[in-house]
Amino acid sequence: MTPQGHFMVVAEVRPGHEPALREVLARMNSGPGQADPRNRLLPFGRFDKLHFARLAILVDTTHVDLAAYGTTPAPLPTYLVFLGDCDGPGGAQLDEFVRASAAGLREVFGHCVGCPRDAAGLAAWLRACDRPVAAAYVNWIGRTRRRIREERALAQALAAQLRTLQATPPGQLQAVRRQLVDYVAGERRQGRLMVTPEAPTPLGWWLRNLLHAIAIPVLGLVALPLLLLYAPIFVWQLRSRERSDAQIAPPPDPAHVAELATFEDRCVTNAFTAMGSVKPGAFRGVLVVVLVALLDYAARHVYGRGHLTRVQTIHFARWVFLDDRKRLLFASNYDGILESYMDDFINKVAWGLNLVFSNGVGYPRTNWLVQGGARDSQAFKNYLRRHQLANAVWYKADAGLSAMDLARHTRIREGLERASMSDPEIEDWLRLM
Amino acid sequence: MTAATAFPDYADVQGLLRFGYKHHTESAFALLRVRNRAAARQWLASAPVGSAEKGALPPAVLQVAFGAEGLRELGVPDAIVGEFAPEFLGGLGADANRARRLGDLGVNDPARWQWGGPGVEQVPHVLVMVYALPGRLEACRHELESHWGIAFDLMRWLSTTDMGGVEPFGFADGVSQPEIDWTREIPPEDHDRLTYGNLSCLGEFLLGYPNEYGRYTARPLLEPAGAAAHLPRAEDAPDRADLGRNGSYLVLRTLKQDVPGFWRYVDAQTGSDPAQRKELAEAMVGRRMDGQPLLPPSATLIAGVGTDAAERARNGFTFDDDPAGLRCPVGAHIRRANPRNPDLPAGTTGLVSRAIRILGFDADALHADAVASARFHRVLRRGREYGVRLSVAEALSGRAPQVETGLHFVCLCADLARQFEFVQGAWIAGSKFAALPHETDPLLGNRLAAPDEPDTARFTMPRAGCPSRVVDGMPPFIEVVGGAYFFLPGIRALRWLATA
Repeated sequence: MTPQGHFMVVAEVRPGHEPALREVLARMNSGPGQADPRNRLLPFGRFDKLHFARLAILVDTTHVDLAAYGTTPAPLPTYLVFLGDCDGPGGAQLDEFVRASAAGLREVFGHCVGCPRDAAGLAAWLRACDRPVAAAYVNWIGRTRRRIREERALAQALAAQLRTLQATPPGQLQAVRRQLVDYVAGERRQGRLMVTPEAPTPLGWWLRNLLHAIAIPVLGLVALPLLLLYAPIFVWQLRSRERSDAQIAPPPDPAHVAELATFEDRCVTNAFTAMGSVKPGAFRGVLVVVLVALLDYAARHVYGRGHLTRVQTIHFARWVFLDDRKRLLFASNYDGILESYMDDFINKVAWGLNLVFSNGVGYPRTNWLVQGGARDSQAFKNYLRRHQLANAVWYKADAGLSAMDLARHTRIREGLERASMSDPEIEDWLRLM
Repeated sequence: MTAATAFPDYADVQGLLRFGYKHHTESAFALLRVRNRAAARQWLASAPVGSAEKGALPPAVLQVAFGAEGLRELGVPDAIVGEFAPEFLGGLGADANRARRLGDLGVNDPARWQWGGPGVEQVPHVLVMVYALPGRLEACRHELESHWGIAFDLMRWLSTTDMGGVEPFGFADGVSQPEIDWTREIPPEDHDRLTYGNLSCLGEFLLGYPNEYGRYTARPLLEPAGAAAHLPRAEDAPDRADLGRNGSYLVLRTLKQDVPGFWRYVDAQTGSDPAQRKELAEAMVGRRMDGQPLLPPSATLIAGVGTDAAERARNGFTFDDDPAGLRCPVGAHIRRANPRNPDLPAGTTGLVSRAIRILGFDADALHADAVASARFHRVLRRGREYGVRLSVAEALSGRAPQVETGLHFVCLCADLARQFEFVQGAWIAGSKFAALPHETDPLLGNRLAAPDEPDTARFTMPRAGCPSRVVDGMPPFIEVVGGAYFFLPGIRALRWLATA
């Protein structure tokens, strides 16, 4: 199994260079915010391990909200972020970008502080600017681009083949399945369909993953007596803050919403990027780190098989701390319109959103960390839109496929590989096509 | 719940929220632009607008709604107008991003609309809906036009045809409606509903009341001074006058229907077999032509449906027992428009089972969970047909009269984004509804290829014991030819607009 990796290069934009940088980024697009897979600067489509990528200029318009918490917001630089998800380690993907497109990358990152001129220096610099993810969610850990392509071809071929069997009367499910299995076997012999076996899991990754899976619960157990002692104080600290923390969720600026909407709904998947400041003070500062670590644990060891709690429309998501954990960036690739994404947040996982984001400045008021918050749907939508940032460039490798399509294709392949199936199982399997 | 004693406040609510005016079989909708502010206000100050109170049937009823620009033209300050919903302010036909999200592309492109398209002069300021008893409409229209005089420019009348409760394709229309909780029996609390209900909080349709989240939807609140002192006070801010209270947002879309095209397509797919033809058409709609559903009523009663046997037969069902869509295809029009599901997928009761479903560990529940929480996405429909009614035989004869026919789709809701736009954008126009590939709504879909979705023109009917039946190459059957968002104010708010 090849695990998926992530990269996120964060570089400070040189003062005065933002307009020029925006022009360069726009040249990578074929439509508003939509990357041209063959663009000259960084032809995303050529990298066959790359799932998603985006470039965005982080202009933090909500940083001033800190004033409501009695803190004077320190001036912040403007960052260019380049983030993406790939098969194998993110660092290796960055190296591959440099090998193929050093000149294009320099044209982009030349507008950033410290970008070196030579290719070797560039690769090292990009890796140095690569920020670790605090939590990362992968829809299906181990599902590589190759597997996605092969399963898609398989699903399409089977669907077309099944159309020719539409007139089959009831009661012949086993025969239908046999015909489909034989058909695929024939196509595979001809080399027209492929099912490449999974590569072995990298030993180092496997070990680290196992250690992580064990270490976090062990740490929790060790700390449990202390945590129990601390619990009453925690409740008091939390509840007093929840009662007094300022909620800042006015309707977003219509011009900002219009800009964001221009980039949205151009295909089945959309990209969401948002940033906010962590509430000042040690309590929220520690709490958010602990909760994001638990979120990461759940994403790595509990989920990663097609859904994050009840939500099945997210391909990749990540939470990254910036500026010494003073700010948190959230980025995701989701299917459908934003209204339905936000409604999933509100109606299906408000409690999960509240856990992490209620530590952010201005978040709608929560009760006991999980109640309220996102359930104040209008305030929550205002809050999200207000913190959302426009992506300058966004790339999705497997056009047209929703996360649920991918899961469906996987189940079609798995069904094909089974030695036998009962009639009801075949019925379900055929319906996937 | 002391606040509940003053309800229902029918006298302050325009009747359309409570009645479909079925006895008023004649109707017409006037699209107006304000020509003279003072004269327009004068007419509005005393316009005989019908309230939601029950009484003797008047010969004609007026309902009056406003576009955002209309409010400004009448002299409502920008700061107040600006507090209405952003969707209302942006307008239905003026925003390319909204058009893309709602599927208003290709033949539905607002640039091609007969009314309501981009360009300020296309958008009506005021909508006056006239409902009249048989034979009374013409006189009423003439009287109105003589009153309007210099006050308004009449952009056009949208005329309607009484088709006897059947829409132009031949199906009974408006069979299922949410039941409004006028007496506020639903406590305004926020918790998951584990069963589907048809009873909706008052605040889902009327501004100024708690919605399904137990919250008040944003709307303009004013200083209760001067003329605004006569406005109702806001429940959630008692020192403010509530301009939205008892009002609602009204969506009007003129949908031209290609009736011969619909029946020709269905006929061609079924080898002209009348029984199969009807069966396919009914599968696409999700109901029989006479309005009966394709599923039997649920064993348990559904809140807000009523216990009357006929009503239970028509609306007392959910899709819980038909997850695969064997009886009613998952992509059928009525299943997209209202999937009739609760907040959590079905499962056994008990905390553990519930926790498992909340955390997403129940595979069957997850499968059914692509679409959830229908209660946040209901709309109240008040559409009226126009044009000529054709029988199936006439539609297929090739000699159907060339008269534009369709539906003036009207719906009411308190939150345009969460209700109308969500249903239209995510469920009707979305090409991934309930994980179905290559399909949009079988009646309303625009069938356009997206850059990454070459085929959205299919419809799948799952069958037991054999492969699903798939029909493809479906052309668009409807064309959006006009539309706008309006605010349908409470009656005191309407009078305030005339005096403010």
